[in-house]
Amino acid sequence: MNNIELLTVFMLAVFVGFEVISKVSTILHTPLMSGANAIHGVILVGAILITGVADTAAQLWLGLAAVVLATANMVGGFVVTDRMLEMFKGRRTSNTPSPDAIPAGKDGRR
Amino acid sequence: MSNGVLFAYFVTALCFILALKGLSSPKYARYGNLVGAFGAALAVVVTLTLHGLGHRIPIIVAIVIGTLIAVPAARLVKMTAIPQMVAMFNGVGGAAAALVSLDEYVKQHSVDSGGVAAAVVFSAIVGSVSFTGSLVTFAKLQGIMTGRPVVLPGARVFTPVLALASVGLGIAGIATSSVVLVVVCAITALALGVFFVLPVGGADVPVVISLLNAFTGLTVAASGYVLNNTLLIVAGTLVGASGTLLTQLMARAMGRPLTGILFGAFTGPTTAGSTAELATDRAVRSANAEDIAILLAYARKVAIVPGYGLAVAQAQHTVRELADLLEARGVQVFYAIHPVAGRMPGHMNVLLAEANVPYEQLKEMDAANPEFSSTDVAVVVGANDVVNPAARDLPGSPIYGMPILNVDEAANVVFLKRSLRPGFAGIDNALLYHPKTTLLFGDAKESLSKLVAAVKNL
Repeated sequence: MNNIELLTVFMLAVFVGFEVISKVSTILHTPLMSGANAIHGVILVGAILITGVADTAAQLWLGLAAVVLATANMVGGFVVTDRMLEMFKGRRTSNTPSPDAIPAGKDGRR
Repeated sequence: MSNGVLFAYFVTALCFILALKGLSSPKYARYGNLVGAFGAALAVVVTLTLHGLGHRIPIIVAIVIGTLIAVPAARLVKMTAIPQMVAMFNGVGGAAAALVSLDEYVKQHSVDSGGVAAAVVFSAIVGSVSFTGSLVTFAKLQGIMTGRPVVLPGARVFTPVLALASVGLGIAGIATSSVVLVVVCAITALALGVFFVLPVGGADVPVVISLLNAFTGLTVAASGYVLNNTLLIVAGTLVGASGTLLTQLMARAMGRPLTGILFGAFTGPTTAGSTAELATDRAVRSANAEDIAILLAYARKVAIVPGYGLAVAQAQHTVRELADLLEARGVQVFYAIHPVAGRMPGHMNVLLAEANVPYEQLKEMDAANPEFSSTDVAVVVGANDVVNPAARDLPGSPIYGMPILNVDEAANVVFLKRSLRPGFAGIDNALLYHPKTTLLFGDAKESLSKLVAAVKNL
């Protein structure tokens, strides 16, 4: 692709990036940051491509180091985000008093 | 690359957009994350099956190693330590992106296009800054180093010089097609990352993590330009743009301008309200659990203000037990959640959700603040900076301007604290010495257990 096409892609992505998260509530800031963090782990694709065409040992090792780091970024990012969001699911079901909350309250009565 | 591969990359880019969209709505957040993970996996698998890809076995081994490191780290990390975990993952991503660009530069050696050369230098510098910057935020949050702003002598001059030097070295390296100079440029940028984050005060670190996250996104986009890979450009730019916006939203939620967060330690006086200035021998009123239990049990309305101390002590469940007991006695209880309670916006909501605290008892700051004037007792559990009136009343305090929970408007304030040690921002809290304040010293969980027992015995 030539530079103008790449620039077009870049600009469109900027606007989509701004637009897509413009209405986010404070409680989701941390998971959203973590999710975005996982997404840039896709640099793994770049790391694989560059390692796949390595000619010298130095290039190969540089590339493999990048693969390990990028994998940690991507996999770890998605897993940790999922763990955070698991908590939110638990909260929605507790809109009705959770079963163990009631006995705790009763015990407290004199 | 074949059309099939390019189409798979297109699907992945689409998945990422949907992931970000989903992650910004509470209902679809988890699906959003899974869609993103699916997209990423698709892109990786398709790339691995590319015809003519060499070194396939070492690459797969490296992926397995990365996964074996990351999954246990992500699964076993305590919920309280998640912000620094995110910082760490972000840092290694930045390093990976910088390495990819450097590797491509080493391979091509001389880059003919000016745009590509600029992108190589950009990703080498920004990726390195993101890497070491993230390591410093990790150290600050993990307590390996002090959370207070660190301003080294001469840093005001040294940091910009370092920035200019790394840019200059990068340009010189490209101009003379020298690999060594570009590597030196990246190393200089590694130092720059450390100096960039050191002056940031502890409470502001999460905003910086978000900023470095955006940096890594842009680094990935630049690497994508170097490799002429549209997927990397789209994904990196998406994160760069949304990360920048998110950084601004976070800074706004804390009521602090971004420039103040990054460079405040250089300009503003940071000594106002520091521990050194306030006499530590001022009298505080402490009480035992029984006294406080009486205060709570005969109140009409009690506010619980959870902070990081609660999270550290894993006291979410005990605090809910106390709240349930009080509710059973007819006391109205609500939780007042500061946007940055814990370590990051939304962090405390995650922790309380883990303890199944009923959703309707949680009040965000704007909803909670009007309630305090009619509150009999505000119980502050392991929080300090987010209730410090200095943020409202003391211009010159490092946290001045940060929105706080106005617990000082409640008729009584009870602090559950381990000691009189100042909070994360490293400044003293005048509210601790106020006549209507009572302190219960001890670990948050132990103190809460004592209170639960005392209320039961009434």
